[in-house]
Amino acid sequence: MLQDKDRIFTNLYGLHDPSLDGARIRGDWRDTKEILAKGRDWIIEEMKSSGLRGRGGPGFPTGLKWSFMPKEIGDRPHYLVVNGDESEPGTCKDRDILRHDPHKLVEGCLLAGFAMNAHAAYIYIRGEFVNEAAALQRAIDEAYSAGLVGPDACGSGWAFDVYVHRGAGAYICGEETALLESLEGKKGQPRLKPPFPAMSGLYGCPTTVNNVETIAVAPTILRRGADWFSSFGRENNRGTKVFCISGHVNNPCNVEEEMSIPLKELIEKHAGGVRGGWDNLLAVIPGGSSTPMLPKHICDDVLMDFDSLKEQQTGLGTAGLIVMDKSTDIVKAIARLAYFYKHESCGQCTPCREGTGWMWRILERMVTGDAEIDEIDLLLDVSKQIEGHTICALGDGAAWPVQGLIRLFRGEIEHRILKRKGVTGQPAAAAAE
Amino acid sequence: MPKLTVDGVEIEVENGLTVLQACEQAGVEIPRFCYHERLSIAGNCRMCLVEVKPGPPKPQASCALPAGEGMEIITNSPMVKKARTGVMEFLLINHPLDCPICDQGGECDLQDQAMGYGHSGSRYTEDKRAVSEKYMGPLINTIMTRCIHCTRCVRFSTEVGGVTDMGMVNRGENAEITTLEKAVSSELSGNVIDLCPVGALTSKPYSFMARSWELQKTETIDVMDAVGSNIRVDARGNEVMRVLPRLNEDVNEEWISDKSRFACDGLRRQRLDKPYLRDSDGKLNPASWDEAFAAIAKKLTGVSGDKIAAIVGDLCEVESMYALKQLMAKLGSQNIDCRQDSAKLDANARAGYLFNTGIANAEDADVCLLIGANPRIEAPLVNTRLRKGWLSGGMRIGVVGQRHDFTYDYDHLGAGAQTLQEIADGTHSFADVLKAAKRPMLIIGMGALTGEDGAAVPATARTIAETCGLVRDDWNGFNVLNTAASRVGALDIGFTPGPDGLNVESILAEAETGDIGLVYLLGADEIDMSRLEKAFVVYQGHHGDAGAHVADVILPGAAYTEKDGIYVNLEGRVQMGRRAVFPPGEAREDWTILRALSAVLGKTLPFNTATELRGMLHAEYPHFTKVDSCEPAAWENFGAPGTLSKTPFGLTIENFYMTDPISRASETMAACTRDFASDNGEASGTNG
Amino acid sequence: MSDTFEFSPENLATAQQIVAKYPEGRQASAVLPLLDLAQRQNSGWASDAVMDAVARFLDMPRIRVVEVASFYTMISMKPVGKYLLQFCTTTPCWLRDSDAVLAATEEHLGVRLGQTTDDGMFSLLEVECLGACVNAPIVQINDDMYEDLTADSIVSVLKALKAGETPPYGTQIGRQTSAPDGGAKVLNDMTFSED
Repeated sequence: MLQDKDRIFTNLYGLHDPSLDGARIRGDWRDTKEILAKGRDWIIEEMKSSGLRGRGGPGFPTGLKWSFMPKEIGDRPHYLVVNGDESEPGTCKDRDILRHDPHKLVEGCLLAGFAMNAHAAYIYIRGEFVNEAAALQRAIDEAYSAGLVGPDACGSGWAFDVYVHRGAGAYICGEETALLESLEGKKGQPRLKPPFPAMSGLYGCPTTVNNVETIAVAPTILRRGADWFSSFGRENNRGTKVFCISGHVNNPCNVEEEMSIPLKELIEKHAGGVRGGWDNLLAVIPGGSSTPMLPKHICDDVLMDFDSLKEQQTGLGTAGLIVMDKSTDIVKAIARLAYFYKHESCGQCTPCREGTGWMWRILERMVTGDAEIDEIDLLLDVSKQIEGHTICALGDGAAWPVQGLIRLFRGEIEHRILKRKGVTGQPAAAAAE
Repeated sequence: MPKLTVDGVEIEVENGLTVLQACEQAGVEIPRFCYHERLSIAGNCRMCLVEVKPGPPKPQASCALPAGEGMEIITNSPMVKKARTGVMEFLLINHPLDCPICDQGGECDLQDQAMGYGHSGSRYTEDKRAVSEKYMGPLINTIMTRCIHCTRCVRFSTEVGGVTDMGMVNRGENAEITTLEKAVSSELSGNVIDLCPVGALTSKPYSFMARSWELQKTETIDVMDAVGSNIRVDARGNEVMRVLPRLNEDVNEEWISDKSRFACDGLRRQRLDKPYLRDSDGKLNPASWDEAFAAIAKKLTGVSGDKIAAIVGDLCEVESMYALKQLMAKLGSQNIDCRQDSAKLDANARAGYLFNTGIANAEDADVCLLIGANPRIEAPLVNTRLRKGWLSGGMRIGVVGQRHDFTYDYDHLGAGAQTLQEIADGTHSFADVLKAAKRPMLIIGMGALTGEDGAAVPATARTIAETCGLVRDDWNGFNVLNTAASRVGALDIGFTPGPDGLNVESILAEAETGDIGLVYLLGADEIDMSRLEKAFVVYQGHHGDAGAHVADVILPGAAYTEKDGIYVNLEGRVQMGRRAVFPPGEAREDWTILRALSAVLGKTLPFNTATELRGMLHAEYPHFTKVDSCEPAAWENFGAPGTLSKTPFGLTIENFYMTDPISRASETMAACTRDFASDNGEASGTNG
Repeated sequence: MSDTFEFSPENLATAQQIVAKYPEGRQASAVLPLLDLAQRQNSGWASDAVMDAVARFLDMPRIRVVEVASFYTMISMKPVGKYLLQFCTTTPCWLRDSDAVLAATEEHLGVRLGQTTDDGMFSLLEVECLGACVNAPIVQINDDMYEDLTADSIVSVLKALKAGETPPYGTQIGRQTSAPDGGAKVLNDMTFSED
């Protein structure tokens, strides 16, 4: 288990003072000027060697992403945009950072912004986080007053502004280009790529979009060193990570742990175990709603990191675990997610606009067994017609949980259909393993 | 010049092309709905997916992907086929399969591509989506349940039309195209009907009038303004059912104005279908052609040439004007004119009345000085070029004259000729802007040429052109924005007063005093007819409009859809109009009427067929042989120095929708007038 | 009542501060914050007049503002009660019996999702994941999240609101924010030093 001394988010639960004074006591804003003085190349190299991968879902190497920004400022300013549109079901880690450890984010903005030649950062926070945005704004105001950001940030000579921008209720704005559209005052409809934001992002200017957690861990990494950070987790899956454990556990919670921690250990040590005991586990959605669920027998020993979960045809995503015990109506659980994606589709691409609603409607019928057996394959086919055919990954995110359901619980769906039809006996295929 | 392969065939394409364009060059068809080469790329329909190597193991939207060196593009793999049928199925699940009652049926992209790429049946058993209809004005009919959300209409109206009336509200499967129950306030709105790949936006006037496959299609030229838009006239039997644009990159691209498209119902109303004679009680009575000609002959007996005059209207083709000019010469009259609006245009200097830059080249100008012109209503398809230049090339526009919502930003420099003089003198800062420009241009509208000082205005404009570097060997930035389809052709054949002849204003003045006894109006309806009450008026034309009301003899002619004829557009482009239907009743093609009349008058014109007529025309004016091309005009002296008026430049077109006998007879144009006459428009594309 | 809207002097100043956050000419960026500001002033919803006022203020075409307003769920296109009860029923909340919380509310208030109580106090809205899943089930009431709810505790909250009180938001079971119920297992005895 990760030791408290190696936790980055030392005020994750808000037990301490989130203000600048409290944050300084916890080590924030220490030697920031000195870090800046080491220069952009050093910062980017250090981030690269730390092995940090983006904490918002896809897990792209952070240092590499920063290095994509043009080396010099041309005729267009550079922007850092921080993605705090945390809306992936099962995920609530950024919320704690924003309200309890906001100075880590503000300091991270300065260091990351400086490294990518940006003089301004916009932090996009989901609209529902009204109090969280206010907490962050207080931290920013404190940082301005203390000269930590502003025209001469930390006395470094680098001018740096930090702005908070609140969204207004649209999951899709967590997609980085939809977020940029939204930040420009438009509907949050993802953009075509290329061009990528590093070439043409906010207002057509070079832009890097990073998750709140990614930016917030950067100061500690740069202070304590890449070696320290990379001493946690497995190769290619380095560092610490805030996990969110929700659903059928005894004590749902957020916790920062070492990457590659076994899923079972995470749940049992921190969340009080599965309701009714480990053997009462049905399945776990390991990384937010977009990641296909894992059946119990895989949960027994799977590790919580990018590669291990990828091997199991799912993903680490946002590291938001949704735990479901044996009392769960698993078809309903996924049907509800299908409704979520239907509700949150931006409506731009045909497959997602039309397909998410189709999947949800079939699934709603399957909850009660009001379907035909061959509709299971139709549903799978519809999900495959969405997957990989849209501008952004929302279509994939909608398709994967459904595919996971069919892969693992085809027998349950068949059973309900046959039961409704009055056909007795066991379904042809038992629950897939 | 990237080299790549499309389905195994290697090709080299220009830089900057998309994969979709590269496939087209390789002769491989890529299905699409949202992509349109003249609009920004949306990439939302997902129909154009292809497999690209190297790349991710999923298909790519070819419309949005730049073609790159060494790409291997595959359009016929199982992956691509699966993607296409999948998208097609999604498009159809909520699309009503009401093709039999859909006006788009038979010419529908969705229908066609469903045949090519769709499943034969539907696997969708849920309830289909229904979307409430939207009001979009008198021209666009909506059946929004059919919409496939390609957003072509939104992009067209915003990007090309320059109006921000259309948008897509809500999100996901509830997304809807709407104008918020407001008519689309663009004079180009009808183009969204063509752009709509399904039957969601259809033509309101044409709704349920005909099926596309029962129409006779004729490619011809529009006469509703001087642009000479290339159009297709669709007729059933002897009735024009609709007008559609034809592609001509040099002229109208693939757009037409709403007047060009929708005024055609005016061809069915108020038509002159037999000759008429006014009796002693002042009442018009039907007559035979012989009686009508005899009445004219009787009136002309013993009348000397200087007592008669002829004025041609705005919609005439060159052939009839040429015949009339010859007839007037034979009758000994030099009193002929084509400038109903008294625009001071000099027929002797062609560069002085042409849009010399050319319509297509206009979008390349970097600075444009608009003088007494509102291209948005006077020549909407010239305006689209200016908007394009402003949007993509940063064209800077200065305006002398009235302020309008042109659909682009501009500097208002002044209201009238005084400002023009300052620019010519070099005392106005805009002179420096013009001088510093690479491709400067000025556009002078009829509003600046129809004042008292009309001849001094072109002279001043010519000075600006010469002193500010608008005229060079490779660039001529002096442009007149004619508004009458017949005007350039008429000036080309010199349908202006001879040395001792009278112009329109003088003809009218002398008609009032009785010095002019007979006035021959060939489709001329835009002059003050009350001044002709004393004169004997012969009106030859197709509509019972202003001219027919004062006529003593009416000779029923043919409208532009009913005759072959040459038109020269404002840039000097010679184009051939083609007959789509026959003139109604006893009406005849106009040159034949003049030929027949000439024989009755004993002044027989020297041609018996249209071919003979055109042979003479070609011999006299060789540029008419070069159909579809523009003969550049030599730069020469024109205009007359004089005192410039202090009166601000006016406007010659007040209501875009009604400018000629056809559009005035159109119920559709009347509906537009009601809807838009008092609408001053709100924010245009200029505002984002 | 005719639909008119004008920013109050105080909100006008706020609106100007918001616009100043964005580069010159990019004032459209402020459309969401301004719609939010304006609907707060307008009893919680964005009427036509609200959207018109925002469009004018930002020099944006009306249709663009309507597009944005209709895209985002937090911009209300119709009137709402004094308290907007936003029930998260997405899977993580549903697993923790958000259905019971909703049912108790509907029964207590006598209105269903999408409806407003006759006294104009409460509007019920189903929303998607509110991003506080480890404290499920959650109801957001106006700006505040009420967490770890049960059928009983939501009714207590509603009664308090009805009585004009301001029940404390956050968890309703006395736990420390997102730490496990019963006390944080980590970060308990941190000593911070200048190491």
